[in-house]
Amino acid sequence: MTATADSPPTGAVRPGFAARIRLWLGPRIGTQIGILAGVGLLLYILGANTVATMDRIGINPGFGFLTRSANFEIGETLITFKAGDTYLYAMFVGLLNTLRVAFLGCLLATLLGVSVGIAGLSRNLLLAGLVRWYIEIIRNTPTLLQLFFWVSLSKAFASPRQAQPVLESIFLTNRGIYLPGVTLAGGSWLTLVLVGVSIAVFVAFILIARRRATLTFLRGLAAFALLAAAVTLAGWLTGVQTALDIPELRGFNIQGGMVLSPEFAALLVGLTVKFSAIIAEIVRAGVESVGQGQWEAARSLGLRRSQIMNLIVVPQALRVITPLITSSYLDLTKDSSLAVAIGYPDLVSVINTTANTTGQSLEALIILIAVFLTINLSVAALMNIYNERVALRGSGGR
Amino acid sequence: MTTVDDALASIRREREAERRPAAGEKGVAAGLARLRKLRNGLFGTWVNTLITLLTVLALWLIVPPFVRWAIIDAVWTGTSEDCAQAAGACWAFIGAKFNFIMFAFYPPSLHWRPFMVLVVIAALLVATATPRLWRRELLLAWFVGIVGSWLLMAGTFSPPTVASNQWGGLPVTMLVWTVCFGLGTPLAIGLALARRSNMRGVRVLAILFIELMRAIPFIAILYVAMLILPMAVPGGALIDKTIRAMIMITLFWSAYIAEVVRGGLQTIPAGQEDAAKALGLGYWRTTQLIILPQALRTVVPALVNQAIGFLLATSLLATIGIFDLLNAARASATDPKWLGYYDEAYMLVAFIYFILCYGGSRYSIWLERRLNVSHRR
Repeated sequence: MTATADSPPTGAVRPGFAARIRLWLGPRIGTQIGILAGVGLLLYILGANTVATMDRIGINPGFGFLTRSANFEIGETLITFKAGDTYLYAMFVGLLNTLRVAFLGCLLATLLGVSVGIAGLSRNLLLAGLVRWYIEIIRNTPTLLQLFFWVSLSKAFASPRQAQPVLESIFLTNRGIYLPGVTLAGGSWLTLVLVGVSIAVFVAFILIARRRATLTFLRGLAAFALLAAAVTLAGWLTGVQTALDIPELRGFNIQGGMVLSPEFAALLVGLTVKFSAIIAEIVRAGVESVGQGQWEAARSLGLRRSQIMNLIVVPQALRVITPLITSSYLDLTKDSSLAVAIGYPDLVSVINTTANTTGQSLEALIILIAVFLTINLSVAALMNIYNERVALRGSGGR
Repeated sequence: MTTVDDALASIRREREAERRPAAGEKGVAAGLARLRKLRNGLFGTWVNTLITLLTVLALWLIVPPFVRWAIIDAVWTGTSEDCAQAAGACWAFIGAKFNFIMFAFYPPSLHWRPFMVLVVIAALLVATATPRLWRRELLLAWFVGIVGSWLLMAGTFSPPTVASNQWGGLPVTMLVWTVCFGLGTPLAIGLALARRSNMRGVRVLAILFIELMRAIPFIAILYVAMLILPMAVPGGALIDKTIRAMIMITLFWSAYIAEVVRGGLQTIPAGQEDAAKALGLGYWRTTQLIILPQALRTVVPALVNQAIGFLLATSLLATIGIFDLLNAARASATDPKWLGYYDEAYMLVAFIYFILCYGGSRYSIWLERRLNVSHRR
């Protein structure tokens, strides 16, 4: 114990406050205050130096530049952006681009990863071996290298004029990938109500079935098919016109459909492939985390392999799988920043451009760090809530 | 929250402990059993047979075109004109640009220097991978080896000197990787201890640092090194770009290593600490003599996995214009004489990374088993 800890109270109001701080800090108050002061001093010196340097090269520290107009274009955007809009708006556009590729990447990586993971669990030696090699090769080469490879592949496609359609409607060209889209027209508020009710019924069914432990894969699939049928019927009854928007070659270019830019396509494919290997490993590890004894017990009860999977293994495996997959979603979102290396205008890329054009690199990077910190902490908070629920159900018993 | 790799490894460990050793059949019987297993594995049921056929079909669509490109139609020796006429891979390009991909813009007449550096680092890595050699002298060897390598690359004592912006290729990748990991580990041990400290002020600082670092992308850290660090050092003194990047990478990685070390600290039962206290040992002696030796021992395999992840991540140095292995490969395909052979260059780099990382992960599994065995005794 140092002297500060036992120093007598000095005022009438103070002691309460000081004592509370002392209580919060715990033992060795002197050392702690010394360390905190040291770190504070270091940060202060670094900050002061930065501000002094900014002064010297004629940059005003502060976030005022956010409302100034940005004189650059952004290659592809979800919402319209033109040179002359504010920097703040440009960053928002970049953030949307990041979220777009991260969301689609998580979705596709999960679909591919779970399929690959299940294939790897197959008792077929050839398939399992193939999956093993897929995972090893993908996991043991750098993500950036894979992205470069996908970019070089997307550049190797034919020009739009010479591109041959795949399956009549998909064009792989060096200007991007053209996919068929669907356009919706007509409908009314009644459509929205009917679709909303269908989805609500579906969710309620799944939740109740889970609560009663009667949810199997087949029942879930059937419910989903019913939902799809209900939504289609609702659209048809209320007069929604759907039209397929199929891209086709007109003149020198391809018209119609959805277009994915080569950079976006390369980034999406790259992240999907990389993280599918990681998710496949997670799925396998999750299933293997359920002990052999569980399988033996279930078999002795006369359950089939598919029943054992659905009723015994998957529910327990999910407890292992979910936190790990969430963690890999966060990694994917962070890795989407590799976009900057291949020219897709994500948040990091816009921030980099902003820092270079305004010189306000400190502020720009603070914003970048704040955005990623927010994403990470909010996902972590959601995860904790989920984990508590799963843990409760596990210990409570049914 | 542990890293994904870590969690996966611990699950594998549990499964392996559960698996029983195979029955001790020998000779013809074992061969037949293996054959039967193979047949069942491929054609056991009709579903299995169908899967086998479909997999073979998929392989048939992918493998022959690749083999044709990579081997049959490939050009092994010759000039870029020979390659332009062929339909396959241009391995002659790799032959011509191999030194460039390995050493980038380092002066060709001095290529023996980066080559020696690679030899030294490879020797140190092999020595480190041998548990018998885990002694204090090894740390000294690393220190001498790395400082010597650095001086040799720079040519400080053996002119001509070579500025670090001319360094490149595999030696830069290996130097950044080993130095940042080596310096990050002691820092990480400090952070991990701080995070478990009963001094709340210190604990909160450690948590803030670790969670901040783990939340942001690696590229953001490299940008800090490029844009902020030069402004923050006193008087605007410009430190070398590679060193700036290495400072930030060391801080960044230390947060990840700290979490691995913390995982190890958590495996030590509280009784150990109580026992040490009963013997009259203070905090530092307890930590140094009792806690850390045991905790670090359990996390060595996890640290190897983490190091593999870091090695892959060093390729991001390309984004700030440092010519690491990947960036050198990319630059090699922009040579007007050999324009656009990216696929071949990337293939070579992928192969190098794969050998290093796959080897590393196999080693980590082997080490885990070895440490487990000696632990149980």
